[in-house]
Amino acid sequence: MREIKSSQTYRDKARAASAKPAAHGDDIDLGIYVSSAEEQPYQTDPSQLPAKAKEQMLGAGVILDDTSQRSGTFIQMDNTPVHSSSRQDDIEVMAMSQALEKHDWLSDYWWQAVAVDSDKYTAHVELNQSNGYFIRALPGYKTIYPVQACLYLAKAQLAQNVHNIIIAEEGSELHIVTGCTTAFKKEPGLHLGVSEFYIKRGAKVTFTMIHSWNPEIAVRPRTGVIIEQDGLFLSNYVIMKPVHSLQMYPAARCAGENATVRFNSILVATPGSMMDVGSRVLLDARGARTEIISRAITTGGNIFARGYIEGNAPDVKGHLECRGLILQGEGMIHAIPELKGTLANIDLSHEAAVGKIAEEEIEYLMARGLTRTEATATIVRGFLKVDIEGLPPLLSAELQRAVEASEEDLT
Amino acid sequence: MLEIRQLTVTVEGRKIIQDINLNIGTGEAHVLFGPNGSGKTTLLMAIMGFPKYRVTQGNIIFNGRDITSLPLDERARLGIGMSFQRPPVVRGVKTSDMIGASLGDREDKLTIDRLAERANMTELLDREINYGFSGGEIKRSELMQLLAQKPEFTLLDEPESGVDLVNIALIGELINELLDKSCPIVNRKCMGLIITHTGHIMDYVNARTGHVMIDGRISCGGDPREILATIKKQGYEECAKCVLGRTTSA
Ligand SMILES: Nc1ncnc2c1ncn2[C@@H]1O[C@H](COP(=O)(O)OP(=O)(O)O)[C@@H](O)[C@H]1O
Ligand SMILES: [Mg+2]
Repeated sequence: MREIKSSQTYRDKARAASAKPAAHGDDIDLGIYVSSAEEQPYQTDPSQLPAKAKEQMLGAGVILDDTSQRSGTFIQMDNTPVHSSSRQDDIEVMAMSQALEKHDWLSDYWWQAVAVDSDKYTAHVELNQSNGYFIRALPGYKTIYPVQACLYLAKAQLAQNVHNIIIAEEGSELHIVTGCTTAFKKEPGLHLGVSEFYIKRGAKVTFTMIHSWNPEIAVRPRTGVIIEQDGLFLSNYVIMKPVHSLQMYPAARCAGENATVRFNSILVATPGSMMDVGSRVLLDARGARTEIISRAITTGGNIFARGYIEGNAPDVKGHLECRGLILQGEGMIHAIPELKGTLANIDLSHEAAVGKIAEEEIEYLMARGLTRTEATATIVRGFLKVDIEGLPPLLSAELQRAVEASEEDLT
Repeated sequence: MLEIRQLTVTVEGRKIIQDINLNIGTGEAHVLFGPNGSGKTTLLMAIMGFPKYRVTQGNIIFNGRDITSLPLDERARLGIGMSFQRPPVVRGVKTSDMIGASLGDREDKLTIDRLAERANMTELLDREINYGFSGGEIKRSELMQLLAQKPEFTLLDEPESGVDLVNIALIGELINELLDKSCPIVNRKCMGLIITHTGHIMDYVNARTGHVMIDGRISCGGDPREILATIKKQGYEECAKCVLGRTTSA
């Protein structure tokens, strides 16, 4: 594998932060994970990947047998990129190691949207770089089909340390689907993923991420997004399968006027799962807008659903909606919506609700002839159905299918 | 046919209706008058089978079967349906989902679209049920769900209150359709019990029997137009004398 070069300054900063705990989530002992795995063979044709891996990836929204509805594909197994391809010249999809060789300027984006010394996890990624993906839409180019990326854990006890950079150049439009999943059902593993998004003037990016782990895996994504004038970033995050410990708090900064960000998250915590997931938005330029929506369901696991909006410029507007359903068992949902304003003419609001399904609602449906179980399932299905404005219909349908596939286990 | 015998219902430990007797024959529609808080909604909720409305005495018999302890959803599947005065908002569940649920096995997009058109509700199909609905929209949405459900016995809780004069005709037609009034009397199977304050609904529905509820007790059947005229002229005071004085009889 090619070495990833990073400047001495970043390395020094990372070393200094290598024991720094994160602001949220259980502290993970990085020492128990191994950092290297066998190299995996490169596949020119992604449909030639092992059937079991393909099936897992499909469950996370990554389609390899027929890629006609994808603009590009990137697959990384453990720490080796095993496939990358793009079907258009105007879209670059490649391993980070390759991208750094191709573009000298890429170092200008390195650790600019996420601070290398945020915590021990970002530091660990810097000090143990093992690739990741680079996706870029050239100026003015609009994709119709999404680019798909999969980060796959194949070796038990491994720490996967990836650093991804996504750049949407001026006026471009880019749709990305990422599936993160694993080969094994029970063995522990650690996924550390740094993702930096740069949305240039007038560009639009939709990023749909589906996580499908196992009850022993710890996950610490670290995401930063910078949006320039008139840019749009739309994130959809879905996790409905068990995980040991997940903590993430992606942060987006609207740096240019009228920049817009939307975060939608669907979280389902089964018994034993611990999730601490939030979205943070800084509205730093006039007219910037954001909407953060999260839907959390517990069937026994614990969820912290956070949200933070800060308004620092005139005429900004932000809304935060956190809704949680406790379906059964010993589960806990703790919604923590936060708003901070530093000016007079801003408009920030939030609504949060946590509880079980109201008996009155179940009875209303029962009065139309549904059994209690059917009524509950209908309400849960509705709860998880988030209308995502701006997502292409194809992706909307795929996302809905992914959610529905997991819904059946709930009631 | 629906027979109610000596029914007493308590809500949260409080006795709300008492010793009620009521017979509604096959093909008949009855109207129910009464001041606010007298227990009309409670009677309907108890017939429908909401667990909070506890029957502490008496029986409800539907087509010869004692349904007093039958769960709510089984009563619905047996052919009892209700329009709610204040139905809950169910976030995420669309109006079209509710109609689909009401159709049960007969669910199908075309049927949903046709019903919506019939009730002038097409624009509301994609909205979350009851979320931000106006009073009139709630009424039409409730009737549309009932038309999908096709109950044999329909309970209507103030279907015309808060509806403007333009829409009242539409509401009236929908109710008529529900109660199967287009069929000749001999073939008519559908039954109904309708709570009304204004009596406007009687211009559309051929209700031949009316009752008055006061303080959780009910009068025996009478001509609904005469009853309404009395209420309009003398208020409920006059009815109270009659209802409470004679208590109940079948
Ligand atoms: N769900 C309920 N919880 C508590 N009290 C109720 C409930 N429903 C009805 N009641 C009480 O029962 C009485 C009768 O109410 P209701 O049946 O709604 O009367 P009406 O429909 O004739 O106006 C009222 O005093 C009301 O406050
Ligand atoms: Mg009432």
